[in-house]
Amino acid sequence: MNIETITDTRQYLTFKLDKELYAVYVAHVREIQEASAITKVPRTPEFMRGVINVRGSVVPVIDMRLKLGMQAAKDTIDTCIVIMEIGLEDEVIIIGAVADSVQEVFELPPERIEPAPKIGTLLNTKFIKGIGKHNENFVIILDIEKILTADEIAIVREGSEGVNEENVLH
Amino acid sequence: MTEDLNKGRDIFKEEAYELLAKLENCLLELEMVPDDKEMIERAFRAMHTIKGSSSMFGFDAIANLTHEAETVYEMVRKDKVKVTKELIDLTFRVIDQIMAVIGKHEYDESADESKINDIIFSFKQLLSKEGLEVSHPSSLRSRSPQERELSRSSHFAEQDLAEETKSTKRTYMIYFRPHHDIFLKGLNPLLLLSELCQLGRCTIITHTDLIPDLEDIDPEACYTYWDVFLTTAEDINAIRDIFIFVEDNCEIKINVIDTGNSLDNEEAHKHLSNIIFEKAELTEKDVEGLITGWRNTGKHNEVKNNSTGDSLQDKLQQGGGMVRGHQMEVSSIRVAANKLDKLVNLVGELVTVQARLSQAVITRNDPEMLLIAEEIERLTDDLRDSTMNVRLVPIGTIFNRFKRLVRDLSNELGKEVEFTTRGGETELDKNVIEKLNDPLVHIIRNSIDHGIEPPANREASGKSRRGMVHLSSEYSGANVLIKIRDDGAGIDLKEIRKDAIEKGLIREDTSLTERDILSIIFSPGFSTSEKVTKVSGRGVGLDVVKRCIDTLRGTVDIDSKKGRGMIITLKIPLTLAIIEGLLLKVGDNQYILPLSAVEECIELTRQDVAGAHGRHIVNVRGRIIPYIRLRDFLNIDGTMPDIEQIVITEVNGKKVGLAVDHVIGEHQTVIKSLGRIYRDVDVLSGATILGNGKVAIILNIPKIVEYTESKEMTMVSGSA
Repeated sequence: MNIETITDTRQYLTFKLDKELYAVYVAHVREIQEASAITKVPRTPEFMRGVINVRGSVVPVIDMRLKLGMQAAKDTIDTCIVIMEIGLEDEVIIIGAVADSVQEVFELPPERIEPAPKIGTLLNTKFIKGIGKHNENFVIILDIEKILTADEIAIVREGSEGVNEENVLH
Repeated sequence: MTEDLNKGRDIFKEEAYELLAKLENCLLELEMVPDDKEMIERAFRAMHTIKGSSSMFGFDAIANLTHEAETVYEMVRKDKVKVTKELIDLTFRVIDQIMAVIGKHEYDESADESKINDIIFSFKQLLSKEGLEVSHPSSLRSRSPQERELSRSSHFAEQDLAEETKSTKRTYMIYFRPHHDIFLKGLNPLLLLSELCQLGRCTIITHTDLIPDLEDIDPEACYTYWDVFLTTAEDINAIRDIFIFVEDNCEIKINVIDTGNSLDNEEAHKHLSNIIFEKAELTEKDVEGLITGWRNTGKHNEVKNNSTGDSLQDKLQQGGGMVRGHQMEVSSIRVAANKLDKLVNLVGELVTVQARLSQAVITRNDPEMLLIAEEIERLTDDLRDSTMNVRLVPIGTIFNRFKRLVRDLSNELGKEVEFTTRGGETELDKNVIEKLNDPLVHIIRNSIDHGIEPPANREASGKSRRGMVHLSSEYSGANVLIKIRDDGAGIDLKEIRKDAIEKGLIREDTSLTERDILSIIFSPGFSTSEKVTKVSGRGVGLDVVKRCIDTLRGTVDIDSKKGRGMIITLKIPLTLAIIEGLLLKVGDNQYILPLSAVEECIELTRQDVAGAHGRHIVNVRGRIIPYIRLRDFLNIDGTMPDIEQIVITEVNGKKVGLAVDHVIGEHQTVIKSLGRIYRDVDVLSGATILGNGKVAIILNIPKIVEYTESKEMTMVSGSA
C-alpha cells in the first residue's frame, strides 16, 4: 500500500503471532521485555492490556493478537513485550506490543517486499506496509505507526464509553 | 545560527517580561501615590534596562519606544513633570506594545511601527503640554536608530556623570573573554565595550595572541579578548548589568583594584595597561606601587584612606567583600524549568527505589542493613521535600497581574472596583501556579462583569459606590485555598434554576440543594449574563475554570447570597508530582487513592451486607453512608474476601465509601502520567510505580462517584 515509501534496505524485527511471522522496522523498536506484571487499566477495551514500568516510566501495552483481530492466547514463557517508539502528531510516544515470541532481526532489500494483496491476508490491509520474502517464508511487515496512532485514541475513547454502557445495563 | 540568535532573544524576552511586570506594578502603585519617589526610580530603572537590552538584541523599535518613555520619566525624576493618569495610561500602552512586539513569533520591525510612532507622538505631546519639549534635542528623525540610541545614552551618561562626580570612584579591572562562537549567538562584544566606556574613564587593552594563523582562522569566530580598566562612580552591578546577556557566552572577571579616586587619570590608566602588556597579569603589588606612587607625588589629595602601607590590602578586601556582598544579594538564580522537572523525576525514581530497598531489607531481617535503609529513607524524604520546595513559587507573582486586569476592566465597564489581595506569599508548585492563571482571570472577570453592579445601582441598594474584589490564599493542610470574594449582586438561585431548565441541563422536577444549583454554573454551556460582552457571557467561562482546576486535582466551591456577593473557593493540592497515597488491593491489582481525600477506613462484613438488603449503604456511627464497590466498578472478577474494607472519602462535601478487598497502607506516591493514549479515561488520575516495580493506578475519586451517580440515575429513571 505505502510500499513506495520503502526505498532502502532496512532491518526488521520479526515476531510471531499465532503461527504467522510479522515484522516491524527496527528503528521503531526500543527494547524487548518479558511479559510480566502488566497492570490492567480499568474501563479500557480488551486489546489494551494495561501498563508496565519501563525503567521508571509508565508505558501502555497493547495486545497485538486482539488488535489484529486474532484469538486471545494465554501468555507463555516466550510471550514478550516489544517496546516501540512512534511519532504521534508532534510528540514521540512509547508503547509496548505483546507478541507470542520474538524471532530475529534481519535485513530486507526493498525489491523483496511486495504490496499486500487486498484479499487473502485476513487482516486489515491498512495496517500492512507490505509482504516480505525471507528464507522462503512470508513476513507481514506491519505499519506500526498506523496501528498505534490516530485511530487508537479514538478506539480507546469508544472503548471506555462502551464499558461504561455495559456497566449501566448490569 | 539563527537558532543561537533566537536563544539570545529568548533570554531577552524572559527578562523583558519580568521587567515589564515590575514596571506594571510600579505604575499601579504610582497611580495610588503619584509622588512615590522610590516607585518612580524603579519604573525608570526597569525602562532603562529594557531599552538597553532591546537595542542589543535588535529590537530597535522597542528601544526607541522605551527611550521616549524613559525621557519622560527622567523628567519626572527631576520633578519637572508630574505623574498624571494620562502618563500612566500612556506607559501602560508602552508595556502592551512591547508585549505585543516580543510576543510575536517572528520579529518584524515594520508591523508595529505605526502604533509605536503613535505612542511616541503622544509622549511628545505630553511633554510639549508641559512646555518641556524645547529643552530636549529633537533632531532624532534624521539619525539611524543606533546612532540615536548611542547619542541618547551618552547624553544620559554625561548627565549622570555630572551629577555624581562628587562621590568616590572605584577602579575596576575587567577581564572579558567571549567564547569563540559569540557572533553566532547574535552578540557583538564591541557594543558591550562601548557601553562600558560610557560608565567612566575607560582603558581597553585588546589581546590578539589567540588569533591563529590565517589558514586556521574561522572567519565567524571571535579570537580576541580584552582587559578593561574602568574608573567609575557606578557600582559593580552597573557593570554586571552590561554583561548580563552574555554571561553564559563568555568569561568575565570583575575585580575592584582601587576604591579611592587614585587611579582616575589618564596616566594611571596608561601605567596599568603597560603592566598588562608586559606581564599579562596584574598583581596586587603592581597596583599598590602605582597607587602609592601617585599619592607620593601628591597628585591626588582626595584620598580618604591615608595609611598607605596596608591600604591596598584593605581595599582589595573591601572590594572582595563587595563582590561577595553582591553575590549574597543575588540570592536566586535562574534555572530552566525543564532542568527542574528532570530533577523532580529523578527524585521521584529515587523515592521508588528507596521504597523497594526498605521492603527488601525488612524481609532480610538484617539489623545492619535496616539501619542503612532507614538512613536512606530519611535522606530521601529530606531530598524529596527540598526538591519539591525548589519548585515552589509565591502565588503573589500572579496576583500582581490581576491588579492590571481589574484596573482595565473596571475602566472599560464603568464600574468602580477596589481590588485587594492577601496571602500572596503562599507558595505553590510553579506548574500549578501557571495553570491557575487562566481560571483566576476568568473568575475575576466574572466577578467584575456579572457580580459588581454599576456605581449608581450600588448606591441605590445602599452599598458603597466602590465594589470590592478580594483575592486571598492560605494553606490548608496539603492544599492551598484560593478565595475570590466580591460584594456584588451575587447569584440568583431561582434565575439559575430557570435557566438550567430552559437549557435542558436539569429537569423541571429535579430537586436540588442550594449547593447543587450553584454548581450548575460550572456546567458547559451555561451563562446567566443577560448580554454578551467583550469580557464574559459567551457561555464559556466557568466550565473552563472547573476543567482547569480538575486537571490540577483541585476542587471548586461556590457560595453566594443574592445581593450580598459571592465567594469562589479553589482548593488546590500543593504539588503535582508526589502525593501521599493510600494503597489498596482489589483482586490481584493494587490501586492508590489520594490520602488527602480519605477520612477513615472501616470494615464491611457479610452480615453488614446482608443487613442492608442489597443496598450499598453502611451505618458509620449513626450516619448513613453510601459506598461503591470498586470490584464492580473496575470489572474485576474473582471472589470477594469475607471481610471487605471501606475507605470513607469526602467528595464535594459528601461522604462516600469505596469498598475494597484490603487496605495495605500509606504510600509515598510519585505521580506518573499515563500518557495521551489514556487521557480520556478520566476515572484515573495517573499511575505510580510500586516498590516491587509494578504499576499501580491512581484513582480519581470524584469521577468515580460522578459516574456511579449518573449510572444509578439512569437506572432509576430507566425503570420508572
